[in-house]
Amino acid sequence: MEVQPISDAIIRVRDITVQFGRTRVLDGLDLDVKRGEILGFVGPSGAGKSVLTRTIIGLVPKVSGRIEVFGVDLDAASAGERRRVERRWGVLFQQGALFSSLTVRQNIQFPVREYLKVSQRLLDEIMVAKLVMVGLKPEVADRYPSELSGGMIKRVALARALALDPELVFLDEPTSGLDPIGAGEFDELVRTLQRTLGLTVFMVTHDLDSLYTACDRIAVLGNGKIIAAGSIADMQASQHPWLRQYFHGKRARAVIG
Amino acid sequence: MNGDPTLERIAQGEGLALCAAGPWTARFAPVLERMVADAEKLRGTRPDIFIDVSQVSKLDTFGAWLIERLRRSLSHGGAEAMIAGLSENYSSLVDEVRRVKEAPEVETSSVSLTAMLDQIGRVVVGIGGTIIGLVDMLGAVLAASGHVLIRPRSFRLTSTIHHLEQVCWRAVPIVVLITFLIGCIISQQGIFHFRRFGADIFVVDMLGVLVLREIGVLLVAIMVAGRSGSAYTAELGSMKMREEIDALRTMGFDPIEVLVLPRMLALVLALPILAFLGAMAALYGGGLVAWLYGGVDPEAFLLRLRDAISIDHFIVGLVKAPVMAAVIGIVACVEGLAVQGSAESLGQHTTSSVVKGIFFVIVMDGVFAIFFASIGM
Repeated sequence: MEVQPISDAIIRVRDITVQFGRTRVLDGLDLDVKRGEILGFVGPSGAGKSVLTRTIIGLVPKVSGRIEVFGVDLDAASAGERRRVERRWGVLFQQGALFSSLTVRQNIQFPVREYLKVSQRLLDEIMVAKLVMVGLKPEVADRYPSELSGGMIKRVALARALALDPELVFLDEPTSGLDPIGAGEFDELVRTLQRTLGLTVFMVTHDLDSLYTACDRIAVLGNGKIIAAGSIADMQASQHPWLRQYFHGKRARAVIG
Repeated sequence: MNGDPTLERIAQGEGLALCAAGPWTARFAPVLERMVADAEKLRGTRPDIFIDVSQVSKLDTFGAWLIERLRRSLSHGGAEAMIAGLSENYSSLVDEVRRVKEAPEVETSSVSLTAMLDQIGRVVVGIGGTIIGLVDMLGAVLAASGHVLIRPRSFRLTSTIHHLEQVCWRAVPIVVLITFLIGCIISQQGIFHFRRFGADIFVVDMLGVLVLREIGVLLVAIMVAGRSGSAYTAELGSMKMREEIDALRTMGFDPIEVLVLPRMLALVLALPILAFLGAMAALYGGGLVAWLYGGVDPEAFLLRLRDAISIDHFIVGLVKAPVMAAVIGIVACVEGLAVQGSAESLGQHTTSSVVKGIFFVIVMDGVFAIFFASIGM
């Protein structure tokens, strides 16, 4: 399926190829993410969803192709330009990737402290504001990541990703490992934040509930390419075998009811 | 609309309007904070103050919170300061930050005499705990060995061989190189000083006794503690952090038997081999220097060496090796299994594994020296 070019794309990925050894993970992939949308990114396990995310944020080298974020070509950008782009996005890693030797407070304040010269008082207040936003009590501020539950780690990691009020956030399986109620709250949270902060969200997920409740648009990865992109209705109407199985399987029926 | 954010004061009859304009975002947080701090001083000067945000072009959490902070500090008595001109888009954001209460205080640890004494007391008690931990691990390893002796099939040969390769075979080049150089240095220094008494040839006695009895095994043990002890601690520690050890336990495996025993055994086998190779390399290096620098030709060196040392010296050196290996292994494994959840803790335990390992090796060496002296070896 052809990807329709979108004029106000915040991420523009063109003809990306990523290879590990002899296995080609992404093969000439094109993708656009619109400003202000929540894009759900699905695909079979091992299809390379996380690889694409990591390629866009520059953690995995690509063989060929072009990536533009906020209209900046990341390959042509100077180190300073790149840093300015990085300041405008936040990343939530699959395992949270909190700094284990820092407290929750220090984890959230770390990016702010590095980039902005503000008083400790404002740092503390912003930290509490972020914790409240992600639905945590300020009392957890002085705990270490090893003293938090899985759901709390995800929330703190989201708070850290949001610390500098980015315009774009990458979420790598944000609801995996959460109970259905926690996952539902998380989806709700992402929706609320997107509304209040005007965020653009790039969300890799396996969670059908998330796709239905949180996402504006869905892109499906298969064989190293985007095999479909569109609304949930488009996905359900699609005749692609994997999509049919995914959206009409037993679990999908349970979600749709 | 772009440019810097501003906060203008406009008098309106009795009241005062604070007009915020421009981008109130994280980028401008330092400027915004100063402006808000200035404006906070207006508290109580006018009966009616309100904040007009209709000209704000962009708002994020930082801006929203600073406006909220300003509103709170301007409110006093019964008079609530109001926020006017809030656009639909941003009202939910302001509602969100309105839920923020004051940040909890950071718990700071006070430095006082009692706190210092407290710390010293804890360290002293900790020493006792360390010894108990080591004895505990020794017992666990012996129990696991007993279990393996009864059921030899549960012995992990592949793992042991793998670790043997890591700690023995791969350590050979560096161990041989360092001991060779040490042998050279001992020999050169010996000749340099003995020459004044015309006793050049006694350098062979010194080299032989020193290398075979003490330096060979001690030096190699210290190198192994730094090289393999630290690796064991780091491996076990990161497995502990990722709950791999808990996973093993729930599958009905004893982590001591699966992880610690093969490592211990590999180390106990490796250290005598490395100590032997090290001693040979040191003798070779010493002999080479004696020949090239001291003019003692190899034949004379060997003859003198045969007279100077007996098999006892050699045995004394090698008997110590497996015991030292066991000490290093136990210390490394105890420290590895004591790692807590953070990367910092992993670093601390790896450091303390090497420090304690080397300390105990030297203590053991002293104990052996007393023992062999009293039995006349």
